[in-house]
Parts: sequence; structure tokens; C-alpha cells
Amino acid sequence: MASNASRRTLRTIVLLYLAILIGLPVVFLVVKALGSGFGAFWHEITEPDALSALKLSLIIAAIAVPVNTVVGVGAALIIARHKFFGRRVFDTIFDVPVAISPIIIGVALVLAYSRIGWFGAPLERWGLNVLFTPLGVALATMSVSLPYVLRSIVPVLTEIGQEQEQAARTLGAGRLRIFWNVTLPSIRWAVLYGVTLTIARTLGEFGAVLVVSGNIAGVTQTLPIYIYDSWDQRFDVLGSYSGALVLALISIAVLSILAVLRRREKKLLVDLA
Amino acid sequence: MPTDTPLDVAPLEVHTSPAGIGWRRVASRVSLPFLMGGGGTLIVAYLSIIVLLPIAALISHGLSISVAGRGAGLEFWRWHVSTNFSLFWESITAPGAESAIFLSLWLSFAVAALNAVMGVAIAWVLVRDKFFGRTFIDSVIDLPFALPTIVAGVVLLAIYGPDSPIHIDLFETWMGLMLALLFVTLPFSVRAVQPVLASLDLESEDAARTLGAGGVRTFFGVVMPSLWPSVLAGFGLAFARAIGEFGSISLIAGGVPRTTTASYYVFNLTAGFEWSAAAAVSVALLVLSLVVLVTANVVSHHYQKRLL
Repeated sequence: MASNASRRTLRTIVLLYLAILIGLPVVFLVVKALGSGFGAFWHEITEPDALSALKLSLIIAAIAVPVNTVVGVGAALIIARHKFFGRRVFDTIFDVPVAISPIIIGVALVLAYSRIGWFGAPLERWGLNVLFTPLGVALATMSVSLPYVLRSIVPVLTEIGQEQEQAARTLGAGRLRIFWNVTLPSIRWAVLYGVTLTIARTLGEFGAVLVVSGNIAGVTQTLPIYIYDSWDQRFDVLGSYSGALVLALISIAVLSILAVLRRREKKLLVDLA
Repeated sequence: MPTDTPLDVAPLEVHTSPAGIGWRRVASRVSLPFLMGGGGTLIVAYLSIIVLLPIAALISHGLSISVAGRGAGLEFWRWHVSTNFSLFWESITAPGAESAIFLSLWLSFAVAALNAVMGVAIAWVLVRDKFFGRTFIDSVIDLPFALPTIVAGVVLLAIYGPDSPIHIDLFETWMGLMLALLFVTLPFSVRAVQPVLASLDLESEDAARTLGAGGVRTFFGVVMPSLWPSVLAGFGLAFARAIGEFGSISLIAGGVPRTTTASYYVFNLTAGFEWSAAAAVSVALLVLSLVVLVTANVVSHHYQKRLL
């Protein structure tokens, strides 16, 4: 920018915008959740419903994150290292769940796997039902957190090329050995970046889970649903703030990890959007 | 990376870079399910379960597609496929549905446009300006992405709700919805532009300034032309995110018709177990966000081509 004055004006406008949009809500949340003292906050997040919601959220994350990590790494290797018929389509499918409304994901899962859905009858014969069960919550969560690992790895894989892999292969290394000793070390920060994003999305998913869960306390209530339920149905405002603060602290931790990883691997900035 | 020569590629079967020279001859016969020793099949199966089959079921329910078999079982060329389009049309033109879709459309356009402008401004400050705390601000941009949407919803209602501590009550107004949507779409608008802005070299700007162009003129004449593609891409992403958003607006919308967005409307339908209508409106919403995403991408590519 030409003059110092206009530069300073623009900076002020931007900082003000960010302060109103992001800063104010964060400060306000901390003040509200801890305003009645740390004891009250602690009491709220250790009550049975909150704990069981937290437990379910962690269990679901423990299923969805590893699965989507393995799938993401595998698919990234396929997309970055192979040329095959339908590669573009394969690549695009991964973005579908995050490009459309989480509510739509929920409705789609119900129409496919619940009692009224396509596969409801055969699934029920096996005793499986997705509507109002933890299984549905897990499916919805896996769906909305699908692309992050893939999207973090592919640019890095493309960037590093495959000369080292080819060298290892020429020296007689098998596929698994090449992956563990050559490929994985060079993409580990990207994998970690993707896993961090996946965890954030997994713990925070609300819309898709709300549609399939039926919001049953202690059974299908994840932490985000608990926050909503506390506010909207049980008028337990402090419980809602306290749960929200827990999730906000997790996402601040996530942001810090992402920032550290980005400093190690410049390529990672590009693929969030 | 045109580092591969045909010589490197020849003995390596499928392990060649897409950008390499020799892949077409060697690898085009490999099909997805057989890649990675059959791992491709597993991934396709997984994608089918969590994405493809549900979306197919949604579209089929939404358009009331029914398939009646005629003759013996699997002779699919004799099947009769019919859709009940009028049912679909009825569901999406129901009074509540129509206004909800309209509200979502204009809100998402406004939000994506406003954040496209602010996105460029923020990206500019982050890339070109130097001040204390810049790296901190840079990572704060991602907060709306990392923060669960319902947390944003709770906090926004607390600040701008009926008990607002700053006496701004936006409960059950479109401005409340807009604030929530501006919050959640911010990272998309900024991050689409930022890397491109960082990669521009300063020479042409310096040249323009040497030739006497002012700061504003340099910006719109020299910088913006190379930014348009990414601004449009960011617009598309922000629009898609805004039109599908639910968590952050679910509380501040309150539940009155005038602040019921399309996704909120679909949620209301599911709460009343009206799955067919929910599917129909979902399909309409799906088509709308797809149209905008694809249009933004096409126009963005068009600009990019003109630049090269």
C-alpha cells in the first residue's frame, strides 16, 4: 500500500472486524463459563449427563479418526501416485460430505440405513439400526470428517515426487517397507495435520449427528448435542457454557498444533479451504 | 515436476507420477479396485457406505424414484423407472419451504460477497503488513473452522440474544443469522486468497507505482486481476458453507418462520418424521449449492486461463 496512513487504516479495519467477529465471542465465553467460579464450571462438566456425553464423543472419535486416517492415507497414495480411469471422480467424492449441509448428510443416512430406508429391512434382520443409535452417530461422524487427512497429504506427496521411492524400489525394498521407511517419514507432518483437523471436526459435529441421534441423553448424546440440549431444552445455561468452553479449549489446542505444524511444512497452509 | 524421464518409469509399472511422461502407456490399464493390492476396493466400499449409497437414497427418495421390475428379475432394460416429480415440486414449493430456500439463497450470497471483500482485506494485512501479533492473528483466522458450530451458536446467542450484555438484540432476525454465517465462512474467504497473494511478486506493483499509479489504482489494476480466481473460489466455498450451515444459527434463529433457513427447515421436517419432504428439500438445496460451486469454479478457471 502506498502511504502509511492507508496501511494503518486498513489494518485497523481488519483488526476491528476480527475482534468483533472472533475476539468478542471467545472472551465472552470464557467470562460466562468461569464467571461463577471454577468450582461451578467443574461441577457442571462432571455431572453424569455431561460426562457420558464427553465419553460418547471420545468413543466416536476413537472410531472415526483412525478409520478416516487409514482411508485418507491410502486414498492419497492412490490419487497422488496413480493414474486410472475415474480418478477425478474418486477425488471429488471425498469432498462431497463437507461441501453439503450436515443436515442433508443426516437425512441421507437415515434414508439409506434406518427402518424406513433402502437397507433398513436387511439391516434390522441383523439387529442393526442407525436411527437413534450410537451406530448412526458414528456413521454420520465418519462421513463429515472424511476428507481432511487426504487433503492434507496429497499436495505434500505431489511436491516430494517419487524419486526416493523409486530409489528404494531399485534397491529391492518391498511396498510396505517403502511406505514405512520412505513415504511415511516424509508425509508425517501432513498426516498429523490431517488427523488434527479430523479430530476437531469429529468432536464438534452437530447437525448430522442431531438428525440421526434423536438426542437421547446418555445413549446418543455427544458433547455438542449436550450443549444444545442444555441450552434449548433444559435451560441449564451454565452447563451449556461449560460444555462449550471445554470444546472451545479443545479447538484452541487444535489451532496451536496446526500452527506449529504449518511452520514445519509450508505447503500445509493451502489446503484448509 | 517433469523430473521423470521415460527411462525411470519403464520398470516401475504403476508407481509413476501423474505428471510423469510415461504413465499413459504403462499405467492406464490399472483400475481403481486393484490399486494398493486390493486396498482400492476397500476404500471404494467405505465411500459407498458413508457417502454414495446415502446420497443415492436421498435423491431417490427426494424425487420419488421408483423402479418396477417387469419380466424376470435382473433384466434391467425391461424395468420401468418412474419419478413423481410433482410430489417433489409440491414439497419444495410449500409455503415454508419456498421462503426458507429464498432466505438461505440471499443470505448466503450476501455473506459470501461480504466476506470475499473482507477476505481480501484480511489476507492483504496478513501478507503485506507487519505488526506485532501478526502470526497470532494468522492462526486465529482458523478458529471458526476449528470451533464446533454449536459453540458459536451458544456464544452468539448469549452476546446478541435477548439478554445481550451490549444491548444488541438480534434474536430471530436475519442480522443474527448473517453474523453467525459471517463467522463460520471467514476462514474459507481468507484462506482461498492468502496463498495467492503471498505468491505474487512485487515487481509489477512497483512498476505500476513508478509509472505514477496510486495505491488504490495499483491494487485494482495490478493486484486484483491475479486475485479474482481465488476470490471467486473462496466465494463458492463460503456460499456452499453458508447455505448448508445449521449449528451456529440453530439457536439465534429461534424457530420463527422468518428466520427459518433451508437447512433449519429440513431439520424441522426430520423432527416431525416427514422424511419424504425432507429429502425433496435436501435435493433442491444440494442442486443449488452444486450450481454455485461449479459456476464459481468455472468462472475462476476462465479467469485463470486469461491470466496465463
